[in-house]
Amino acid sequence: MSNKITLMQGNEACVQGALYAGYRFYAGYPITPSTEIAELSATELPKVGGKFIQMEDEIGGIAAAIGASIAGTKSMTATSGPGFSLKQENIGYAAMAQIPLVIVNVMRGGPSTGLPTQSAQADIMQAKYGSHGDYPMIALSPMSVRETFDLTVRCFNLAEKYRTPVMLMTDEVIGHLRERVVVPEPGELEIINRTTSEAGVLRPRPYEKQPGEIVPAMSVFGDGNRAHTTGLFYNETGFPSNSTDNAKIMLERIFNKVYDNVDDIVQVEEFELDDAEIAFVTFGSTSRVVKAAVKALRAEGIKAGMLRAITIWPSPEKQIRELAQKVDHIIVAEQNMGQYVREVQRIVEGQARVQHYGRGNGDLIKPQELVALVKEVEHGTK
Amino acid sequence: MKQLELRLTGSGGQGVIMLGVILAEAAIKKGHFAIQSQSYGPEARGGASKCEVIIGSETIDYPKVQQPTLLLALTQIAADKYAQNLPQDAVLIIDDSIELINDPGTENIYRLPILVTARDVVRKELTANIVSLAAINQILGLFSKEELLEAVLQRVPKGTEILNQRAVEAGIELVQNHVG
Amino acid sequence: MEPSKLIQEYFRDANLPHIWCPGCSHGIVTRAITKAIDELGMDKDNTVIVSGIGCSSRAPGYMAFNTVHTTHGRAIAFATGIKMSKPELDVIVITGDGDASAIGGNHLIHAARRNIDLTVIVFNNNIYGMTGGQYSPTTPTDAFGTTAPYGNIDQPFDILKLAEGAGATYTARGTAYHTKQLISYISKAIKHKGFSIVDAISVCPTYYGRRNKSGSGVQMMVWLKDNYVDVKVYDKLPEEKRAGKFVYGEFYEQERPEYTAEYQKIIDRLRGEV
Repeated sequence: MSNKITLMQGNEACVQGALYAGYRFYAGYPITPSTEIAELSATELPKVGGKFIQMEDEIGGIAAAIGASIAGTKSMTATSGPGFSLKQENIGYAAMAQIPLVIVNVMRGGPSTGLPTQSAQADIMQAKYGSHGDYPMIALSPMSVRETFDLTVRCFNLAEKYRTPVMLMTDEVIGHLRERVVVPEPGELEIINRTTSEAGVLRPRPYEKQPGEIVPAMSVFGDGNRAHTTGLFYNETGFPSNSTDNAKIMLERIFNKVYDNVDDIVQVEEFELDDAEIAFVTFGSTSRVVKAAVKALRAEGIKAGMLRAITIWPSPEKQIRELAQKVDHIIVAEQNMGQYVREVQRIVEGQARVQHYGRGNGDLIKPQELVALVKEVEHGTK
Repeated sequence: MKQLELRLTGSGGQGVIMLGVILAEAAIKKGHFAIQSQSYGPEARGGASKCEVIIGSETIDYPKVQQPTLLLALTQIAADKYAQNLPQDAVLIIDDSIELINDPGTENIYRLPILVTARDVVRKELTANIVSLAAINQILGLFSKEELLEAVLQRVPKGTEILNQRAVEAGIELVQNHVG
Repeated sequence: MEPSKLIQEYFRDANLPHIWCPGCSHGIVTRAITKAIDELGMDKDNTVIVSGIGCSSRAPGYMAFNTVHTTHGRAIAFATGIKMSKPELDVIVITGDGDASAIGGNHLIHAARRNIDLTVIVFNNNIYGMTGGQYSPTTPTDAFGTTAPYGNIDQPFDILKLAEGAGATYTARGTAYHTKQLISYISKAIKHKGFSIVDAISVCPTYYGRRNKSGSGVQMMVWLKDNYVDVKVYDKLPEEKRAGKFVYGEFYEQERPEYTAEYQKIIDRLRGEV
């Protein structure tokens, strides 16, 4: 059987990937440039018995999506710009209450209403730190339409596996790009479904991890578990506890389930790094610019390479640290005024020079700019 | 195959985005790599509209057109904005109603009565994009007529097949009758 | 003393005693909900209780059903997702006056507009209790709160008129004193197919009462008894006797297409099952 090859838009690939992963619920609010995800979900979900609802606002969108997930349904919400800010409180709720959920952010220029129809990658820190309090975040960033499909599937897998909200951080360039896509056949990509607790059994300690579990199995509404979910700190019974000892344990649990499994969660692409003397660290749509620049530089005999974070949160610490051992100079290229560069600097700890290149004005960086920059670095002028 | 970068411009409603989508789909069908993007937002609703298509035999990295192989301009505003600083060997197709106010940078200019042809020959102004598509293909020699028609018919609304077939024929004729 | 049958059956007695202050009537309203559920013979496994944030919203933690304590103002939005994804579940929302009509006002009116089959019970004590007595959208004009130290100049919402105007198809008001009626309204609201809301007047002696010199919890309950009149009686009262009276009773009941059922029709149509 040969795969279907088609011209597909990034936002469409997100919905097709979600359907492939078995999602059955979408709640959201229209916002540019993510709206096609809502529109296509509205069209496709009822065909497979799923549900779509356009909520009254962004907050309602994520709240309903979490509700559906608590009820046992794989669910997703998508947004952009201001909508991402509005969703933050409930992102923290999902992290705290350990509810699987996929949140898509098709990034646009900001702050405020900003540049609704133009691209940026300026919500990178917000993705990790946007909600109040301490919590871990898993965020993936695609560089192509096909990868939007694959990473949406992976977002659902990670959300279910680790009982946590997972973000797909794409942007206007990729969201609206139509591209040749080889559509995966059913069975070709791994699908992880939720581990649920045994039906008909009242569980006195539903948040107690059983041997072999990464996270405790989730209760499904209607299955007789009659569990409680809350955004307060809770103990293994699921009921509130304001003991500081308990809060410490629970915080460590929600952190450790992610950070103890970074090797499973973190994915990177290494391009021309073997003999590289100067390297770019980048992610998402900017990777396409960097790749074109690296090819152009290599054609001129300049040994440039690229480390692309496919998983941006948790950040690929090990890979970035190794890179800093290998090259003297790292350029973090991103469509913003300097965000991920902070994370790279933190990891590199001065082992290599780390420089930011980017802007957040909606104007995609051009490969020639990066080529020129590397040449300046080589000549010691930058 | 050298990477082709096409910039298709007009006003919102003229269907230049659909034109780009059909081109990209035809290219994919033929085994090429292709991407399509567009100016997005208020501009797509009556103002200047821009659609870009890149076709190549390898993965396309940078997603925007930088050195157009071809520029299509269907309105004066679009021509004023985009028909300048083109590469020397670029193809410029403009509707014959347009006056070039800037030096386009290329002498490879096709001044074609696209809008009038759509209106008076095909008898449907909305087919200007398909007339343009056929003209572009005739000039660049990308696809056979059958391949082009297949891609067109896959996208256009049901019941408009004959109309769009006429538009393809008209576009081909425009180029065949063109005196440079 | 042996806990009552109602407590044994419908409460998580390990989580009791509750956090509510002495004299607070939220416990009475909570009991009224379980009593209605008991009378209706509902399946506990199939019943979901969703709350927001505030004193009232702590109730689900004590109730032996599928329960969710969500974020401030968002209970109805969470409940919408639960009900949409599993319409076979009976979904009851417990919320306070601030939770439902201030921070969550938008979700309230839109859920009512959709006529989605949720039952919303507003524990309406006219004050923000959890944060220590600030005025809410149902605090009467001229009453005092910690943020209305010179008297409240806001006009209060009538939550039921708001809900009815937005499209709710069953509205009723009960009080913590008139429990028999309250239980019957909650029962009717749960049975009602569509968006139903019961405004359950509750008393907060600690914050509302103290600030407004309303006396103890008992005195506030006596006030409810003396000042709330059944709407059927009220309608027959001469104008001069209506002054200063408040009404409880059923205000609106209507059959209208229910949201999840309408959505199911789309699914059935698309899947060729009709």
